Amino acid sequence: MANVDKEMLTQFLLRMGDNTLILGHRVSEWCGHAPVLEEDIALANTALDLIGQTQLWLGYAAEVMDDGKTADDIAFLRDAWDFRNLLLLELPNGDFGQTLMRQFLFDAYQSILLPRLMKSSDQAIAEIAEKASKEAAYHVERSAETVVGLGDGTEESHKRMQAALDRLWPYVGEMFASDDVDAAMAAAGVAPDPASLREEYDALIGKVLSEATLTIPDSDFAHKGGRNGKTHTEHLGHLLTQMQWLQRAYPGATW
Amino acid sequence: MYAQMIKSEATTDDPEKLKEFQARIDDDIKVEPRDWMPEGYRKTLIRQIGQHAHSEIVGQLPEGNWITRAPTLERKMILLAKVQDEAGHGLYLYAAAETLGVSRDDLTEQLLSGKMKYSSIFNYATLNWADIGAVGWLVDGAAIMNQVPLQRTSYGPYSRAMIRICKEESFHQRQGYDIMMKMAQGTEAQKKMAQDALNRLWYPSLMMFGPSDADSVHSTQNMAWKIKMNTNDELRQKFVDQTVPQAEYLGLTIPDENLTWNEKKGGYDYSDPDWSEFFDVLKGNGPCNVDRLEARNKAWDDGAWVRDGLMAHAEKKRAAKTAAE
Ligand SMILES: [Fe+2]
Ligand SMILES: [Fe+2]
Repeated sequence: MANVDKEMLTQFLLRMGDNTLILGHRVSEWCGHAPVLEEDIALANTALDLIGQTQLWLGYAAEVMDDGKTADDIAFLRDAWDFRNLLLLELPNGDFGQTLMRQFLFDAYQSILLPRLMKSSDQAIAEIAEKASKEAAYHVERSAETVVGLGDGTEESHKRMQAALDRLWPYVGEMFASDDVDAAMAAAGVAPDPASLREEYDALIGKVLSEATLTIPDSDFAHKGGRNGKTHTEHLGHLLTQMQWLQRAYPGATW
Repeated sequence: MYAQMIKSEATTDDPEKLKEFQARIDDDIKVEPRDWMPEGYRKTLIRQIGQHAHSEIVGQLPEGNWITRAPTLERKMILLAKVQDEAGHGLYLYAAAETLGVSRDDLTEQLLSGKMKYSSIFNYATLNWADIGAVGWLVDGAAIMNQVPLQRTSYGPYSRAMIRICKEESFHQRQGYDIMMKMAQGTEAQKKMAQDALNRLWYPSLMMFGPSDADSVHSTQNMAWKIKMNTNDELRQKFVDQTVPQAEYLGLTIPDENLTWNEKKGGYDYSDPDWSEFFDVLKGNGPCNVDRLEARNKAWDDGAWVRDGLMAHAEKKRAAKTAAE
């Protein structure tokens, strides 16, 4: 473990693990309902990768917290105020276009962040990042391709993708809103300051979205509060109601 | 099994050619897409493979019903992987059907309009978490019973698809049994869920093999063509004989008062399912028929703009490439 405040490190790990947990859950809601069989398979695969990454991030968070809790306890027995995921990821799926746009906006972030984390001063983080970055590279390739295909498809698909981008854009800024946890991680060489990733991110999404003939909204307003736990959307509570139901209804059972 | 009550299609082909065709089948030579085949053989296979593919697709729904409520991260991953496998099975099977000159879209339209069927089992609900165990254990178990012999079926692409699929299905069955084991050894509430799941899914699982067909004309023709390898009763008996000791090991009770070991036949005597219920389900009156078809139709209709968009984009790219050349 890197030489860094345990409380802060835990917060960082929850941010990583809650992102993949909540998005993995949202994507898994598509199972059996996708527009075409190949997408059913691809979405299940994405969800599977994300939940697999969750096990690693939350598993390490449990190790750092060292209070006898497991990754499952963290996922299934915390209430909404303890979640540290980006607000973007807890929003309802919307149509397929909105789901894929959200996926792309997050995949692009992960595809930049994870390779940096491979150089983390914390060996465990570097190892998780190595595995996850391979998956993220594949995910962003796929989601970018779909965003381009639909953005530059028919008039209707273009309209829907632009609407998805407009709807989700105010949630992008939160990815780069650094706070004292990020400062501590950067100082200890555990993780880069997210604000430092923005330029590369804008270049990446700018290229893909322009190929998709979509226009990035002219606004830098950002909804915040998920990463630092100040607030969540109303949607998270409902998601947790479903996800945590069995563990809550039958405490102490093993499954 | 995933293809139930497949009627054989009448064939009006040249008797000489038919004789030659049958001789090849009797010699266990596989029929390949380019080979001559009787019209009836082709049509029957399209119906059977199509129904099997549809079952894999609709089968995503009862299990998908629990993905967002899976109780641990690991269970969620196992279930996601299983449902993903089932969609993959659908994909191979549609590809096998396409070699017979029918398109996937065409088969899909027939499923969505209710013209083509899928296995009756997927019209039953998954009501508690143990159902996910019971589906793997019993439904995948029954599917394997039917599909292992179909690995030797006469049509090459179907046989090869079955070989790939069977490996994954036996994995699903073991995982399902593992859930049942956890539930049966768990708290009182978990045991109750396990027994409840078995109570509800036992007879629908027996129905998967279809009604007795020992004397059916269709069955005889399909068996001669090696599209069907065993009678429904043979497979059902094998399934019961395999499953009863597994239920005993779990400490669960099979909901059949007449279940007894019959020394003479070397198998269990068991009660038949209520066949009138089976025919009701086939007619569309099962507990979930309407929900299942609504869900599939909604996915297809809501996805139209996506399919059209991606197609239009591919077309633009192709045109741009041609223009550049
Ligand atoms: Fe399957
Ligand atoms: Fe299966």
